[in-house]
Amino acid sequence: MQPTPPVLLRALTKRFGEVVAVDGLDLTVHDGEFFSMLGPSGSGKTTVLRLIAGFERATSGTIELDGQDVTATAAHQRDVSTVFQDYALFPHLSVLDNVAYGLRVRRVPKRSRHEKAREALALMRLEQVAERRPHQLSGGQRQRVALARAIVVQPKVLLLDEPLGALDLKLREQMQVELKQLQRRLGTTFVFVTHDQEEALSLSDRVAVFDQGRIVQIGTPAEIYERPASPYVAQFVGTSNLFDSATSQRLFGIARRHGLRPEKIQLHHERVPDAEIVVEGVIAESIYLGSEIRVHLQLDDGTQLIVLERAGEHTEHRGEKVVASWSRRDLVPLTDEKAS
Amino acid sequence: MTLSRTARRVLAGLTGLILTGIYLPLMVVVINSFNTDQAMTWPPSGLTLEWWRRAASNTGARDAVLTSVQVAALATLIALILGTLLSLALQRFAFFGQNAVNLLVILPIALPGIVTGIALNNAFKGILGLQLGLLTVVVAHATFCIVTVFNNVQARLRRLGGSLEEASADLGAGPWTTFRLVTFPQLRSALLAGGLLAFALSFDEIIVTTFTAGSGVQTLPIWILNNLFRPSQAPIVNVVAVVLILISVIPIWIAQRLDGER
Repeated sequence: MQPTPPVLLRALTKRFGEVVAVDGLDLTVHDGEFFSMLGPSGSGKTTVLRLIAGFERATSGTIELDGQDVTATAAHQRDVSTVFQDYALFPHLSVLDNVAYGLRVRRVPKRSRHEKAREALALMRLEQVAERRPHQLSGGQRQRVALARAIVVQPKVLLLDEPLGALDLKLREQMQVELKQLQRRLGTTFVFVTHDQEEALSLSDRVAVFDQGRIVQIGTPAEIYERPASPYVAQFVGTSNLFDSATSQRLFGIARRHGLRPEKIQLHHERVPDAEIVVEGVIAESIYLGSEIRVHLQLDDGTQLIVLERAGEHTEHRGEKVVASWSRRDLVPLTDEKAS
Repeated sequence: MTLSRTARRVLAGLTGLILTGIYLPLMVVVINSFNTDQAMTWPPSGLTLEWWRRAASNTGARDAVLTSVQVAALATLIALILGTLLSLALQRFAFFGQNAVNLLVILPIALPGIVTGIALNNAFKGILGLQLGLLTVVVAHATFCIVTVFNNVQARLRRLGGSLEEASADLGAGPWTTFRLVTFPQLRSALLAGGLLAFALSFDEIIVTTFTAGSGVQTLPIWILNNLFRPSQAPIVNVVAVVLILISVIPIWIAQRLDGER
């Protein structure tokens, strides 16, 4: 028998008036996994999170948490905690009281709830700001207070709504590492909402890619990246060269849509005998990105190709004629959106 | 923004003129309360504390003050409770007729007092069969006091958004606990500001009061109106007016300080 999943959604639908935000969603989140919901804004991922938390009522379908049907249960009676995008720290309470809040409403005596709150703050390396008010903290500190407040009640599932969105790049990268370590250490199931594909890929055990209120693909980061199921996923997660079936037929003789990652393509100055697929073209643009160079290649038949090369390997110039090659196994056959 | 020297002078002059227009009459009242001449001739022929002494022992004035405080306090209390509940309902829930309710709550403050007065007088006496008295004045005042509380709380709730309340529910707090521990602390200064305004509105209300107070209830404004043109009482009215000026400065000052903190 399968263990009871911490989150199980069945045919979950949410409509706001005429707008269908979540469209008949089925989803199982496994125990202890770092699960990401990835999609552009308006794709329904945040609504799903709010439905799980209980801030929105489902139009139809069911939500089960740890085997319990909670579809009609109020937010305060669900065993999940949320880290909000804007942190939603209580401005009139000290950091310590913010973190102890969940224990306070559970009627934990003051002494022991403060003790536990201090432990959670220590875990986030925030002991020194315990007596401050939220507005006296930096963005990164607020973020960690929000995390401490959510984990101190030991929820079955931690819901994170774009928690790193408001941080600058450096802090975001640092927090990503911390989040991952925290999740390993606690063993809590994380459901993480983000529109940042890199973040989703680097943190998650599994990723669900959202489009228009539906999950278009679900799998490990490697599966999503290496084997995107549709042109939408191929383009949303990383960059992809997309070939329609006519172009595929012309370039390598298979009449079907294909995707190809830019870093799988090699550029050469002259013909290479051992490559499986070889095309010729002219360099339209060459953009230096620091560790990489992005080359825009115009093939002889007019097809545009994007190639990522490690910087320093080659030097290509605009207008130069080059040969591009890749192997068959790097081609990703794609289905149409509707078919998936 | 910078202004030319002439513009600055003109504006400063205008400001001075307007402030003088407002505060000079008030100064006259203050000085007249010490005027030895009962007919309040100007300039005063001499200064005296006689009127202050007489006012202090005037039971009519004292009772009127007490009645007014009572009415204002009760009307404010009703306004605080109902105004808060109404704002919460309108800001935190969606229901049919929401906009209509919003308009209906705010309307009483725009309605001419004379209309409110006649309407309530008819309702109390004709429909409900109530004796006019303290209760009817309190209810009448509450109808427009609600508006100031409602507006203040509504604005605060809108600015707060719902995420603090969601966070509280998320951490396991039921609706009442959330209100007590999160929403109310956030509303406190808005309630104080709205309450002070409501109190002030009720305290100097005269038109609605005239129609809803029975002969037995005399609020301060009504007492003043009744005594203003009695030569023997006029100096005492001046003293009462000065006391009122002093009293009204305090809540405004508190309200401004509260605003400054935000």
